[in-house]
Amino acid sequence: MNSKTSNNIATGVIYFLVACVLAILVFLLGYILITGIPHVSWHFLTSAAQSFAAGGGIRDQLFNSMYLLVLTLIISFPIALGSGIYLSEYAPDNWVTGVIRTAVEVLSSLPSVVVGLFGFLLFVVNFHMGFSILAGAIALTFFNLPLLTRSIEESLQDVSELQREAGLSLGLSRWKTITGIVLPAALPGILTGIILSAGRVFGEAAALIYTAGQSAPTVNYGDWNPMDSASFLNFMRPAETLAVHIWKVNTEGVTPDAAAISSGASAVLIVVILLFNLLARMLGRWLYKRMTATK
Amino acid sequence: MDEIKHDLQNPSKATHEDLFGRGITYLCIGFVSLLVISILYFITTRGLATFTTNHVSLWKFLSGTNWNPSLLDKHGNPQIGALPMIVTSFSVTVLAAVVATPFALGVALFMTEIAPERGTKILQPVIELLVGIPSVVYGFIGLSVIVPLIRHSFGGTGFGILAGTLVLFVMVLPTITSLSVDSIKAVPMFYRSASLALGATRWQTIYKVVLRSATPGILTAVIFGMSRAFGEALAVQMVIGNAVLMPHGLLTPSSTLTSQLTTGIGNTTMGTLPNNALWSLALILLLMSLVFNILVRVIGKRGALKK
Repeated sequence: MNSKTSNNIATGVIYFLVACVLAILVFLLGYILITGIPHVSWHFLTSAAQSFAAGGGIRDQLFNSMYLLVLTLIISFPIALGSGIYLSEYAPDNWVTGVIRTAVEVLSSLPSVVVGLFGFLLFVVNFHMGFSILAGAIALTFFNLPLLTRSIEESLQDVSELQREAGLSLGLSRWKTITGIVLPAALPGILTGIILSAGRVFGEAAALIYTAGQSAPTVNYGDWNPMDSASFLNFMRPAETLAVHIWKVNTEGVTPDAAAISSGASAVLIVVILLFNLLARMLGRWLYKRMTATK
Repeated sequence: MDEIKHDLQNPSKATHEDLFGRGITYLCIGFVSLLVISILYFITTRGLATFTTNHVSLWKFLSGTNWNPSLLDKHGNPQIGALPMIVTSFSVTVLAAVVATPFALGVALFMTEIAPERGTKILQPVIELLVGIPSVVYGFIGLSVIVPLIRHSFGGTGFGILAGTLVLFVMVLPTITSLSVDSIKAVPMFYRSASLALGATRWQTIYKVVLRSATPGILTAVIFGMSRAFGEALAVQMVIGNAVLMPHGLLTPSSTLTSQLTTGIGNTTMGTLPNNALWSLALILLLMSLVFNILVRVIGKRGALKK
């Protein structure tokens, strides 16, 4: 076989492999959307889940997912921002920083089920929180922190060194330079990172099964007092999210229309995550244009 | 005069500001470090309880093939042999990586060598979308498409290592691909130019020059993919069958470390032997994740030395 033929064959094989991957993605998205969208109706989105009868909806699960996402971001963003600033701006180049970087890497590569079990052990059992939204949000924070920290660090690193020098030469403190000059310049990247991590948090289930629990008690959406146990804002109630719901109806549930519910819920989950991805791109691009005056 | 002296001898407002900000960031990173330490500490102490409190021998735990923590065998020892789960976990991980790597390399080469602009434009979003699909959705598709497909074509229940492999293959594909792309892109352009100038075809250049010099990076990518596959819980749990048996083939129901953990933790009481045994499984997961981390580091260092 001469080298020209093998070149052609190899190129053909690569094209074939790429086509396979494209086909897999098209199939996945097509399958989820085509089997799922017909089950998504206003009724499906706004009625409570049923354990033993068909026709249940996902109202509470959808709300719980959103609520957990918001809480998780509220807890994890400040910590990740601080850690990201430290790693990018303050960290000296020595072994301590090396150890810290390794720690962040280890945390990001831990299986999410292990992170969930740690949350279960510490908060649900040792701190007697029980299965609760708060325990779930903290577990998700642990899951989210390393990813968010790294994306913030990278966005900060992307800001040109000249900007920092300019700030320092004006007599600003390092901190003022960071908050006044570097952070705003890194904002598009940071926002994109947050939204992408939001997508991951939204679809995460393994860390939540034993922290936020697998039940969605009926809550009163008119009760705005977070201290009230029936309120939808209550931190201490168990909260099954959409992703956990899909897992549960497929494995442990006895709901007769499990397939319909899970395909509907999967479609909703995918659509929300696609929206997050789209939003991240658009917002990042728009902000970048706004701030750099590029056309 | 005093005012100038005061200004010169005492920290300025800016210094205080900086100290304040610095303090905040130290606090945050300290929290993250503390978190990692406490995760390692808690899981380790819990996981070791099986051996320290319940006096199960470590060897029996790792080599036993019967998993039935609430029952005793005829010698009065608890039946906690984790070998079936360890074997299954490794099988699905390795198989998924073996299946995924050619596809990942094909996509990566397409994006870097064959059609850099068009390829990246089309395939970058594809990779991002594959990453974005949540693991339960992968599990659900595995359950409703792959499992019945295997059942019809090969018989049996359809649950098992093959189904787990196929689901994990798609899940680790984007990880391996994007990291391979990074490492292939890092190969200097003049390597390619030199090879092409010698009259090598594109494939010869790719195979003999680009892939060779990107090997450490590609290995790292594969290990990252394996690490993801090893720790994946729900998608695997939904298609593996969850029977703690020594796998006899790709088609018999089996159980991985993660799937046993997700099904078991809720059904056992804290502090009892069955529960402790599950925490030992979690410890294995944790240790394996550390091993994957170390491997990546070692390969990274060796690869860097060669340059």
